[in-house]
Amino acid sequence: MKLELRGITKRFGALVANNNISLTVESGEIHALLGENGAGKSTLMNVLYGLYVAEEGEILLDDRVQKFAGPGDAMNAGIGMVHQHFMLVPVFTVAENVVLGHEQTTFGGRLDLSAARAKVREISDRFGFDIDPDALIEDLPVGVQQRVEIIKALSQDAKVLVFDEPTAVLTPQETDELMTIMRQLAASGTSIVFITHKLREVRAVADRITVIRLGTVVGEASPTATNAELASLMVGRAVELTVHKNAPELRGTALSVKNLSVIDVRNQIVVNNVSFDVQAGEVLAIAGVQGNGQTELTEALLGLQQHVTGSIELDGKPLRGYSVRHILDSGVGFVPEDRTEDGLIADFNIAENLMLDRSSGAPFVKAGNLQLAFRAKFAAEKITEFDIRSQGSEMEAGRLSGGNQQKVVLARELSRDLRLFVAAQPTRGLDVGSIEFVHTRIIETRDSGIPVIVVSTELDEVVALADRIAVMYRGEIVGIVPGNTPRATLGLMMAGEHAPAAEAAL
Amino acid sequence: MSDATPPAAPAPARPASGPATKDGSERWNQTLRDITGGSAMISLLAVLVALVVGAILIAFTNEGVQETAGYFFSRPTDLLRAVWDAVSGAYSALFQGAIYNFRANNFLTAIRPLTETLTFATPLIAAGLGVGLAFRVGMFNIGGRGQMLIAAGAAGYVAFAVELPAGIHLIVAVLAGLLGGAIWGGVVGLLKARTGAHEVIVTIMLNFVALYLIQFLLRTPGALQAPGSNNPKTPPMLPTAVFPDLFGPRYNLHAGFLTVIAATIFVWWLLSRSNLGFQFRAVGQNPNAARVAGINVKNVYLYAMAISGALVGLAGVNQVLGTLTTGFSSGIDAGIGFDAITVALLGRSKPWGIFAAGVLFGAFKAGGFAMQAAEGVPIDIVVVVQALIVLFIAAPPLVRAMFHLPTPGTTKKPRIRKTNEVVAK
Amino acid sequence: MSTITQNSAPLPSSAPIVKPTAQVRSWKIPITFGGFAVLSLLLFVGLGRGQRGELSTFRLSEGRDLIQLPEVALPTFVTGVFVAIVLVLLAAASAWLVYRHRKIPILLTIVFALLFLVGFLAWAASGSTIPVPGLLIGTVTLSAPLIFGALGGVLSERAGVVNVAIEAQLLAGAFSSAVVASATGNPYLGLLAAMVAGALVSMVLAAFALKYLVDQVIVGVVLNVLVIGLTSFLYSQVLAPSANLNSPDVFPRLNIPLLSEIPIIGPVLFRQTIIVYVMYVAVALVFFGLFRTKWGLRVRAVGEHPQAADTVGINVNRTRFVAVTLGGVISGFGGAYFTLGAVGAFNKEMTNGMGFIALAAVIFGQWHPIKATLAALLFGFATNLQNVLGIIGSPVPSEFMLMLPYVVTIFAVAGFVGRSRAPAADGKPYIK
Repeated sequence: MKLELRGITKRFGALVANNNISLTVESGEIHALLGENGAGKSTLMNVLYGLYVAEEGEILLDDRVQKFAGPGDAMNAGIGMVHQHFMLVPVFTVAENVVLGHEQTTFGGRLDLSAARAKVREISDRFGFDIDPDALIEDLPVGVQQRVEIIKALSQDAKVLVFDEPTAVLTPQETDELMTIMRQLAASGTSIVFITHKLREVRAVADRITVIRLGTVVGEASPTATNAELASLMVGRAVELTVHKNAPELRGTALSVKNLSVIDVRNQIVVNNVSFDVQAGEVLAIAGVQGNGQTELTEALLGLQQHVTGSIELDGKPLRGYSVRHILDSGVGFVPEDRTEDGLIADFNIAENLMLDRSSGAPFVKAGNLQLAFRAKFAAEKITEFDIRSQGSEMEAGRLSGGNQQKVVLARELSRDLRLFVAAQPTRGLDVGSIEFVHTRIIETRDSGIPVIVVSTELDEVVALADRIAVMYRGEIVGIVPGNTPRATLGLMMAGEHAPAAEAAL
Repeated sequence: MSDATPPAAPAPARPASGPATKDGSERWNQTLRDITGGSAMISLLAVLVALVVGAILIAFTNEGVQETAGYFFSRPTDLLRAVWDAVSGAYSALFQGAIYNFRANNFLTAIRPLTETLTFATPLIAAGLGVGLAFRVGMFNIGGRGQMLIAAGAAGYVAFAVELPAGIHLIVAVLAGLLGGAIWGGVVGLLKARTGAHEVIVTIMLNFVALYLIQFLLRTPGALQAPGSNNPKTPPMLPTAVFPDLFGPRYNLHAGFLTVIAATIFVWWLLSRSNLGFQFRAVGQNPNAARVAGINVKNVYLYAMAISGALVGLAGVNQVLGTLTTGFSSGIDAGIGFDAITVALLGRSKPWGIFAAGVLFGAFKAGGFAMQAAEGVPIDIVVVVQALIVLFIAAPPLVRAMFHLPTPGTTKKPRIRKTNEVVAK
Repeated sequence: MSTITQNSAPLPSSAPIVKPTAQVRSWKIPITFGGFAVLSLLLFVGLGRGQRGELSTFRLSEGRDLIQLPEVALPTFVTGVFVAIVLVLLAAASAWLVYRHRKIPILLTIVFALLFLVGFLAWAASGSTIPVPGLLIGTVTLSAPLIFGALGGVLSERAGVVNVAIEAQLLAGAFSSAVVASATGNPYLGLLAAMVAGALVSMVLAAFALKYLVDQVIVGVVLNVLVIGLTSFLYSQVLAPSANLNSPDVFPRLNIPLLSEIPIIGPVLFRQTIIVYVMYVAVALVFFGLFRTKWGLRVRAVGEHPQAADTVGINVNRTRFVAVTLGGVISGFGGAYFTLGAVGAFNKEMTNGMGFIALAAVIFGQWHPIKATLAALLFGFATNLQNVLGIIGSPVPSEFMLMLPYVVTIFAVAGFVGRSRAPAADGKPYIK
């Protein structure tokens, strides 16, 4: 089926999220929609899927104009979507999720799940998936959950399939499989829209590429275009993805982690017997696909996890088993991976957020009283120093842009007297300008002689910042390798192959 | 959702320099919108609408109105007069019972209703502060009844069974009550912190536990029961432990009102000037971020619920040591624990807002009794009006829709919601 | 430039990854068991009740039953000592299981609870007779409004709307059923009116929760106050002066032929009023509706993951509105129990907190219609036990018996009895 978008414009108040976007996807074509975070890709797809109504423009399928009042209309017209955050009910089975919204019933309104199971089996056989229709979604690994999303869309005879950032949660190997599936689908006549900001994937699978920036189409490209060409189209200027840094000045082991294990609330061993050291003056990057224990590992370092065994020593002093307060006071700075959820209080103003983790003593508190004058002065200084674009220190943090929110977090953490700096996903969802700022600050911190741990799921970021790289897979560190290790090796390690084996496989 | 820029809200990156370009008239319009659409206006209109609904109820159930409605088409003015008589009679009795009695022959008598209002407001403010404080920490304390009963029991026991010098006796009795309330509230915080038990359920359950516990003690000789009596009632409080009258014996207003003013100041200081209050608010807004920032969330729950319980307990203390000093039974809480929720909501959980809301509801109570006595309108109508006020205040869009007010801060709705099928009944 | 796509590594299997787990020791159950074991030692053995050879008699049949079962008489003290010892052993066994990182079987908990109950009844009934059928008949009768309220709550919360307004729905149902049944002289119209009243309360809850996005607990609490005020006002102003608006016929007990003659079960289940018979149907229907139909799948979907439901074309708010309203219909029907099933007239605040106990049953019953029904039966049993022990002369002050359901609920939510997991989107309005 041929999909055509003509002059789509979508506004949110004064902000124009999509400005006169036109796009054509031919039958059986894989069309990549490339753009930065916040460029308006997801908004456009939500318009296509009937979740938003565009102010201007029209959607055509096989040259017929469509009117979508909701996702139901879009689905009936043959559009399917594989969402970035899977739209699956975790406590339902695969079959229940697949039929939801299109249930068949037997006598007396009884739900007919056997038809649903048959459908799941039929589609999984067609693509060689091995999926139990009666498995609960919450028990399945993310890669398999994504296949359930695909089955869900195909079970509605989708002729146009939209993949919204589908590789964010996948290992490189799972990504390859997904690409195979996409090609298979396209070969059978399905049109595919592939939304991403990862250049490599676009070039590997797309037939055509449309690049959007700030809500506007800035150009089309063919898969033969170079990374640099695509990147400059995407961000509007020539970018350098690497950070300028000198060789590390190592000053001895500062952090020493031995045999660390973490058990989560579901009694699963999420970090399994992990040991590593970090030297003062180096960046240790922890790479791996989302959900392989990195989150829990950093939380364990900060004292945020309940059941932790093993030892954590900073400058020879033990940290494990102490309160978060004690660990922060010992000089550990922390940028949490989810800044809106864990890093900031959206309803607090900038000044309040800047004192957030120093609420129990000097200099912000004296004899139980807040030192408001000191806090205002401090906030004004940090706003200047970290270039936080705002309407002043009384502005609520929730009204700042993502990049400025992250600057508030960095300002707060880096203005303390640090002995260790842990940054988890420090640039997730940020624009290129903010990414550069954050990266520069991290390297400055390293060069001032502080040991730094950076956790990232983006290989680009890992390679740009790391002096050494530890790769995590299913709660274990599969190997610690030098910062200049080839991406292919890192990719294999992210799929669980141990370092020497990964080297040998090349 | 870990995505920092969810598709639904793509407008956080508003440039900082934007608003500076507004011209004068636009700014004035904005100011006008803030006033008409702002929370003070909403509160006022909510009170108005609730009073109108109350008036309709009064009119509909009035016998005179029902009679005249029978011959509406022959003499319609009779009906209108009957409606006017019923509603104006009720509301003027309410006003005269709450603020100023025009029929009194001197000022000191005429002003007596106002002191009654403040007397009724005293426990409402105290309990409202407790509930409001819990709200600010993100917790819902429906356990006012239980905390008041336990506090009343503890303060009452010290007041009638222990002999101490005047002054000291009062202080010890008050402290005993605060402690009782703090323990009954603290248990909730402790359970929430240690086991994750939801405070709404636990407080509701503890209300009943406290009720039956007090009922048991009230019929147990040697505990709370008055010696030589078979009634489930305590003996009178000793005069040394009773709040003195503020303006002499002709008014009921007692020194408990001063403790409530002090409590309001304390809560204001706690929330906006102290570091404990900073931690309270941080946990209330975002417990995850608070925990990551080294704030001991579990302790905050415990402390907040204990302080909340103590403030609600102060309401119970005021009841037994100020308002009803001749001994009490298990109905001493008089529904104040639940009224406090509406007081806290009306006051938007801010200390002085709660103070004002408490005075308003105190006026409703004082006036309600006068209205019941003078016009025969059951005082329950006041409960209806109070509930409606809170319901309307909790839903500003509804009030704005009723009066065609603009939404503050925006000229246009940011997005269209497809919930038209759900229409308010 | 090396591209990753060239490595054709073996495809990882898509079978579910079973993450390694480790049993974290939780001492909650052994501590609870230990507490009860010590309590039974103190009560049954320590107090020495029945040491002079008193008997505790359990009467299993009523006088008019066709099949008469013999009475069971147990020696009070011996029974108490036996039960206390077994309970101590069971507590020790649970501690040992936890120490060895093993799970405590649910059967152990059930046996423990039943044994404690038998021991307690024997202890309380020392020297007198407990009428078992009477105890259980009253349990079912008293549980009826709780079960209706709990079913209404389950429906509403499964759809993602917290329902604290069960009390208001029961009270509105009680009021309107009394008025309509009295005015029309037809108690069945009264039942209909109760359902309509409950639905109206629910619609207000749903409107404020779904359209105006008001905190659902707050709306619920305020609705309770509103309905209490409204019914009390109308009672004083309208019902009290004219008694003919508040004297409905009470439903009689209907014996179902044959079934009502089964020993013990017959009198308990099949000599009840029509309200109780409707209750059996309601429990079955709510269970079937939620877990076996297309409608139920959608209701549970909007309560767990509304966005997922929206993306497959389900109208989230409409589905929620219908479920909440239906919940109100059921709770309102339960309200009719107070006037048409028991008292025969409406009184101010006559539901007396039953709505909150129903809410407790919803949570204790883990948002499941059958489990919530069982929880409600437990609460009804505790209430009726207090009545029965009051008649035969209870050694426990009645206030402590009345406290029991609430204390049990606190233990339940504190996780001693089992963790409750609410529907994931319960209480959260859906905003696109």
